[in-house]
Amino acid sequence: MNSTAETSAPASGLRGVASDWSADKQAFPVPWGKAMMWIFLLSDTFVFSCFLTGYMNVRISTTVPWPNPSEVFALQIGGESVPLILIAIMTFVLITSSGTMAMAVNFGYRRDRAKTTALMLATAALGATFVSMQAFEWTKLITEGVRPWGNPMGAPQFGASFFMITGFHGLHVSAGVIYLALVARKVWRGDYERRGSYEIVEIAGLYWHFVDLVWVFIFALFYLW
Amino acid sequence: MEQAQGQQQHSIAIYLWIWGVLFILSTFSYLVDYFHLQGYTRWTLIIVFMLLKAGFIVAIFMHMAWERLALKFAILVPPLCLLVLIGLMAIEGDYTFITRIASFPK
Repeated sequence: MNSTAETSAPASGLRGVASDWSADKQAFPVPWGKAMMWIFLLSDTFVFSCFLTGYMNVRISTTVPWPNPSEVFALQIGGESVPLILIAIMTFVLITSSGTMAMAVNFGYRRDRAKTTALMLATAALGATFVSMQAFEWTKLITEGVRPWGNPMGAPQFGASFFMITGFHGLHVSAGVIYLALVARKVWRGDYERRGSYEIVEIAGLYWHFVDLVWVFIFALFYLW
Repeated sequence: MEQAQGQQQHSIAIYLWIWGVLFILSTFSYLVDYFHLQGYTRWTLIIVFMLLKAGFIVAIFMHMAWERLALKFAILVPPLCLLVLIGLMAIEGDYTFITRIASFPK
């Protein structure tokens, strides 16, 4: 940035949008990696929305009653059936991991290497916990006879939607755990310290928060509806 | 770069705060199921809690609240097209349902 641009503050509001997009300069004043991660997440939003819209369509069009998620995902605890409890715990685990990730980004910008690494590893560990609980849930449903083409509780489309949506989300979480572990290792090694910028931690954080964001929609539209 | 880093100097308190809010909202949506609320009450509450949670995650955790309006528009406006897809597929689903009832009577 040259000195004249720094002395005059950039315009805000709609005028700012017009000047950002029309001026002879970079449109988004953020690191390119961050802009590209946002655009990737935008495309991923469309992928997950297509799955959820497909699920909505088959659920509306089926003439067979939809299995009640509240009962399907209930667990026996102390001889009592608690509805949806595993899914609720999974939701809390993922929200907690988002919280630790947000703090990792903050400590990254404060150049606190140890705390950033620790919080990122905590995030990855919570993510791994989430995937393990999902594996448990899949196993439980498969032993109960739920298949992508049918199940004993009702509409056969239930299995197809369930495995497709939670499977694709679980794949994102698994990839995120690996991604976070790799970035945490680089933070610990001091790569970003030498480069003088911790923006990679924020970019990894964007991906992780997106995974949490998708779960918010799956939790509401698939499990609670 | 300096500017981008300056933007991120929030206190940890705001993240703990939002974390707490997300916990409470998740508990509320779980309670909607636990107390077997049905019909429009259920759907309204689920959607409201869902959108609130999504809003807090995007605005605070993903720092969208502190980005320039140009980036906000570029990322948040395109998903609105999905409302058209959702509307069309809901109509299509209803049509398929009615056709199935009419053509394959039990």
